[in-house]
Amino acid sequence: MATHLLRRVLGSRSSQILSATNPNPNSALTVARAYSVDTTPIRATLFPGDGIGPEIAESVKKVFTEADVHIDWEEHYVGTEVDPRTQSFLTWESLESVRRNKIGLKGPMATPIGKGHRSLNLTLRKELNLYANVRPCYSLPGYKTRYDNVDLVTIRENTEGEYSGLEHQVVRGVVESLKIITRQASLRVAEYAFHYAKAHGRERVSAIHKANIMQKTDGLFLKVFLFLMIKYRLLDCKSMLPCINFGLVYLQCCREVAEKYPEIKYEEVVIDNCCMMLVKNPALFDVLVMPNLYGDIISDLCAGLIGGLGLTPSCNIGEGGIALAEAVHGSAPDIAGKNMANPTALLLSAVTMLRHLELHDKADRIQDAILKTIAEGKYRTADLGGSSTTTDFTKAICDHL
Amino acid sequence: MATRRFFPPLRTLITTRSVTYMPRPGDGTPRPVTLIPGDGIGPLVTNAVEQVMEAMHAPVYFEKYEVHGDMKRVPLQVLDSIRKNKVCLKGGLKTPVGGGVSSLNVQLRKELDLYASLVNCFNLPGLPTRHENVDIVVVRENTEGEYSGLEHEVVPGVVESLKVMTKFCSERIAKYAFEYAYLNNRKKVTAVHKANIMKLADGLFLESCREVATKYPSIKYNEIIVDNCCMQLVSKPEQFDVMVTPNLYGNLVANTAAGIAGGTGVMPGGNVGAQHAVFEQGASAGNVGKEKIMKQKTANPVALLLSSAMMLRHLQFPSFADRLESAVKRVISEGKYRTKDLGGNSTTQEVVDAVIANLD
Repeated sequence: MATHLLRRVLGSRSSQILSATNPNPNSALTVARAYSVDTTPIRATLFPGDGIGPEIAESVKKVFTEADVHIDWEEHYVGTEVDPRTQSFLTWESLESVRRNKIGLKGPMATPIGKGHRSLNLTLRKELNLYANVRPCYSLPGYKTRYDNVDLVTIRENTEGEYSGLEHQVVRGVVESLKIITRQASLRVAEYAFHYAKAHGRERVSAIHKANIMQKTDGLFLKVFLFLMIKYRLLDCKSMLPCINFGLVYLQCCREVAEKYPEIKYEEVVIDNCCMMLVKNPALFDVLVMPNLYGDIISDLCAGLIGGLGLTPSCNIGEGGIALAEAVHGSAPDIAGKNMANPTALLLSAVTMLRHLELHDKADRIQDAILKTIAEGKYRTADLGGSSTTTDFTKAICDHL
Repeated sequence: MATRRFFPPLRTLITTRSVTYMPRPGDGTPRPVTLIPGDGIGPLVTNAVEQVMEAMHAPVYFEKYEVHGDMKRVPLQVLDSIRKNKVCLKGGLKTPVGGGVSSLNVQLRKELDLYASLVNCFNLPGLPTRHENVDIVVVRENTEGEYSGLEHEVVPGVVESLKVMTKFCSERIAKYAFEYAYLNNRKKVTAVHKANIMKLADGLFLESCREVATKYPSIKYNEIIVDNCCMQLVSKPEQFDVMVTPNLYGNLVANTAAGIAGGTGVMPGGNVGAQHAVFEQGASAGNVGKEKIMKQKTANPVALLLSSAMMLRHLQFPSFADRLESAVKRVISEGKYRTKDLGGNSTTQEVVDAVIANLD
């Protein structure tokens, strides 16, 4: 009964996060959470995935145990047959597990080729309503790339836009593809972006758009932002004055509110200019929020800035406070089972998972240990130019905790 | 003094190269070129080109027209002038965001059917950047795709935008890209796409590229997904040569490539169709610069100067193009006169004067 109650408290935790309030440290909820963290393990769903997945998942489990993070992993594997309830190789039970636990970690999965089923990622995204993809990108100290001082977060709308899948051939040789932007979806991703910025002490949110060409679709994306600004009362609207052309009333409100709440800055950047600025000086950006396709491109570009997908954590946020952290790199079947894989992306993703659970001190500890190990350079896997095995690298991280 | 005789300066080396171009009688007649100074920094940088052209005694003269981004349409006389002259040089035209006015830059491309946009992104000697050996040409489809301008609100709060791809346009851009690669001795063409998601639309594009590729066996052909492409661009840009892309991806890829090779201030480019060609700053042509740069007159004229060298070559004045290009390159590699975006503090005029002084 007690555990049942706790579970419910835990369940409501995420929705409390989403409502974006500063939790009172003395509230009963926080106490309950602290209690639950220290003694009762948190249940989380784990998809080790294919290829190198199981090895790097093992590494995460080991580091978590060493760091005294008690997580009860519910392991789920991709099935060998299509589950008719999900039309995918992912079973209904796996999805239920994530829905119940509201938190999960996913290794790389290889979608089997063939027709008659949905891709694994698409299934997860649709079934769990994962509407935002969050990727913190920061330069890893000690691992030199051509760009340093990268410290930004990309937040990508994940459900609509160009990925609607609505395409048809009008006449022979003419194809139309629909891009759909809705107010509801734009609102929730924008809302999450500002919540994230506030919760993580970020200073600026940049909305990336192409509204000079797609005036209505991307225009809607921007309008939603303005609406949110006023709601959250956190805008610095001076920078966007030229962009607003729907009513002086809004403008007036913005100016007044902006003077009162200068805490988070907001700006709008056209996507092509954004690409250029990112590669010239990535330090110009803080939090970027984008529609689907732009997010896809920019988040991969940013991953490139810091050294590739093998080092980039990622976390998907769904309706009702679901969070599914994932490693976005491939399953690398060629080195699977050889103890050579780099678990960094999955480890850092697991760290974002902890942050979502508001276990910031544990998250910091693990993150520091990972960064220190890489910075030290003694134990590095082959992809970072070292010769360590996955287990050695993991052990080194544990030693740095 | 003695050393000087043994090591002649670069300048003489270049001028002594023999030119084997045999013009037809009358090829030296001055050609009219339509000039649109545009908005923002546009007048500043187009003026730079005018000055340099005059100093070179280049066989072109300009027909100047005022066009601004807030106009509803490109004036007819301007279009007529370009139709007559076939060649135009243009500064950026400002595009108002969400103002119900369609971009004049896009309008011009559609009106004149300038279906290919070409941006050459390369490292300039002497200009330090994060990456070396970048020499990428982005050939971008310019008339359809996401820029169709077909948008509507289905129900309140739900907006649709149409991306239109046609076999006709995909084919002609693929042909142009391969033809460009062939004529310029390029080795590889890479098609950029997102056909894993947009299976029909980008699939059509890829299909066309593959068909054309079979006709050019000497040129290597490969395909890359646009997100991976951007990631590769910031980590290993030297792997790319010529890239052929649908409209929107081209916009992003060209800007990313320009960024890694030194910024949009130095990348030349142009738009070309079967009949006409409009030369402008290669990447970010719609970006007219900040007010501050305009007031201080510190816009970088290099991109448009290099674009006008491309224009001279297009008009078949290769030696003038070479002279202009080598003068600009010399100024950059000397490093004394550079605008702020390249880490210097010169004004536009100082750079122009330096280029003119370096002309041989």
